[in-house]
Amino acid sequence: MTQAQTVRVAALQGDEAVAEAVRQCDVDVVAAYPITPQTIIVEKLAEYVADGRFRGEFVPVESEHSAMSACIGAAATGARVFTATSSQGLALMHEMLYNAAGMRFPIVMAVANRALSAPLVLNADHGDMMGSRDCGWIQFYAENVEEIYDRTIQLFKLSEDPRVMLPSTINFEGFILSHDKERVRLLEDESIRRFLGRPNPKHKIDPDGPLTFGAIATPDTYYEFRMQQLEAMKNALHVFDEVEMEFESFSGRRYGAVDAYNTDGADVVMVINGSAGGTMRATARALNAAGEKVGVLAIKLYRPFPVEQLVSHLAQAKAIVVMDRSLSPGAPTGPMSEDVKSALQLAGLAKPIMSVVYGIGGRDLSTEDGKNIFGMAKEGSAFGASTVMYGVKA
Amino acid sequence: MFEPIKGLKELPTEEPLSPGHRLCPGCGASIVVRQVLLAAPKDTIIAEATGCLEVSTALYPYSAWNRPWIHSAFENAAAVASGIESGFKALARRGEAKEHPIIVFGGDGGTYDIGIQALSGAIERGHRFLYVCYDNEAYMNTGIQRSGGTPLGAWTTTTQVGSARAGKQETKKDLVSIVVAHRVPYAATASISHWRDLMTKVRKALSKDGPTFLHVIAPCTRGWRFDSEKTIRMARLAVETRLFPLYEVENGVYKITFPVASPKPVEDYLKLQGRFGHLFQPQNAAELEAVKKGVSENYTRLEKLSQLTSQMYTQQVA
Amino acid sequence: MSWKELAEAGVVKGGTAASYVVSGWRVKRPVINEAKCTNCLICWIYCPEPAIVRHEGGKVTIDYDHCKGCGICETECPPKAITMVREP
Repeated sequence: MTQAQTVRVAALQGDEAVAEAVRQCDVDVVAAYPITPQTIIVEKLAEYVADGRFRGEFVPVESEHSAMSACIGAAATGARVFTATSSQGLALMHEMLYNAAGMRFPIVMAVANRALSAPLVLNADHGDMMGSRDCGWIQFYAENVEEIYDRTIQLFKLSEDPRVMLPSTINFEGFILSHDKERVRLLEDESIRRFLGRPNPKHKIDPDGPLTFGAIATPDTYYEFRMQQLEAMKNALHVFDEVEMEFESFSGRRYGAVDAYNTDGADVVMVINGSAGGTMRATARALNAAGEKVGVLAIKLYRPFPVEQLVSHLAQAKAIVVMDRSLSPGAPTGPMSEDVKSALQLAGLAKPIMSVVYGIGGRDLSTEDGKNIFGMAKEGSAFGASTVMYGVKA
Repeated sequence: MFEPIKGLKELPTEEPLSPGHRLCPGCGASIVVRQVLLAAPKDTIIAEATGCLEVSTALYPYSAWNRPWIHSAFENAAAVASGIESGFKALARRGEAKEHPIIVFGGDGGTYDIGIQALSGAIERGHRFLYVCYDNEAYMNTGIQRSGGTPLGAWTTTTQVGSARAGKQETKKDLVSIVVAHRVPYAATASISHWRDLMTKVRKALSKDGPTFLHVIAPCTRGWRFDSEKTIRMARLAVETRLFPLYEVENGVYKITFPVASPKPVEDYLKLQGRFGHLFQPQNAAELEAVKKGVSENYTRLEKLSQLTSQMYTQQVA
Repeated sequence: MSWKELAEAGVVKGGTAASYVVSGWRVKRPVINEAKCTNCLICWIYCPEPAIVRHEGGKVTIDYDHCKGCGICETECPPKAITMVREP
């Protein structure tokens, strides 16, 4: 492993780390609308613009729908494009998310996850991104601020790869990660520049060779266009490995599509995404020190869903707990729980699965909660029963 | 400054819009596009909203556009244009690309109503583009439903004519006034019948360093209910009856570019279109009067604005 | 056509519509009386397709592959050199 080329260590909020990464990635156009808890991203970028440190175009659009629309227009010129949003903003641009993916523009977006209204709340859960999970974007979840910084950089490389050409998001919980300061080992501007190069899309707006973007399809062709997208999404799985390998070569850091802690030989494996992955790992370490056999599988890459890796880490588990930080009203369990169950079923594995929903609307999850959930898993009655709505005031 | 329109023979022979598109015979919208693009530079980039024009000219694998062209959604053409403009600005700063003129095409649907926010935002931010609203006065593509641009009294499929109600009860939104309120360098109305006026305005608009706007009347043979050969005649009558005055607003100064000293009766225009047929029934006489009153009041308003603003703004415009 | 053969993201070269023939839309076709035609180009600037072709050093002709027979040219022609004739 190469020595990490760190320029300096900084204490950054998640939002600040995103802004710094965007500045370093030679982004050409940022079109964004402020929404709590993403606002620090746009404010920081505006500071960089005023200082002359961000030399791209910062477009203060009048809504998130226009943000994604402007991103699409900018991406068509062959420029490197970025935006950020949360919650209502993500919901407002929902239509355009599908559009961006369908038009195969490699836009990168940071989502500071926040629960969706109504009722209105400012705090985190994954409901916003889960509500748009079928939009065709590549979706990552981060567990800490340094991971947010690293992923933002990686996403440009992944999205812009000709085998992919899909837009991508890095998701991180609002306030918990967007606002809390954590240690980030910043990388050199030049290393990042060399890693990313400049965008070179196959198609872009060029008066010398006029192209038509966004022609309508018919039932004869629509399905096939969507297949192209699905294939690109499939490619993203292995292109991602290449991206991480190259990223590691100059940063010394690698995360994987999943992070497996003590999953081999575990009695119970807790499957989770987002910042609470760290909480559950701390919980598991304490439990294991006391003689339990607990594993934690943190899902970092959510779309495309890393089925093979998931299955390989869960194959030996005696029981599985899947923890969702969002709701799917009327569905048997939470969204990620559905994905895990499908993946295992496809692999022919039958496991006792306990589905838990936690952290809705910013409700905190502590290591004490983690112990309680493990306790429920050990007790066993919640397996196969309906989803556990953990933490709700009964 | 800009190159004046000398004559038809000086216009390019290379067609910006290729034939073989699926617009109706006699469609006013394609005439708008042809005249606008023939007046514009060859490297013009087009952003377009969903609508009649878009679906008929870009149906995979056929495209009628001999210019770079992008469509994404219905309400966002101006936002997409903002992105294109910003993208090229950023790339040009790096020396990786050159900037090009940008023209946005949106129907009355995609401009007056669902697209008004994106238009307002893009203008307020000062992006350099020319927005051309081709106004066929209803959501024609989805089947002739009313829009904010549908005139008072018109039949549409959502302002039907019956015993309780006869046609649209609301007046046509004054789109140019909304745009002018943003203090754009240039906004104007145009008609495909008066091609020289239209093309001059296109060149004038493109010469401005900022957002500009052209509101063009695009008669629709299907939705307005008239035979296809009358499209230009309809556009001409709209001007000659003062119903659709041809004017421009340059840095706040109003000027009627085609003054109509002796207007033809508004009825001459209305009676040729099936969508206004009910206005000639005795029970709808009041509605017909309201339409005529609106026309004369609007023209008087523009005359007064011309007088007022030519005195208010003494600065010579470039 | 397989999804592998379709243009990626449906991006197409501009102007491909020219290969699409719409002559079947017509009920009537315009016929230009060359003697009366002054080549003023009014029909050309008002044609929605365009199905009127300009020729260097010659008068305009009709592109019958792309004419939909709307009749605007007949209506607007100043010397009345165009006549709409029913298709057989």
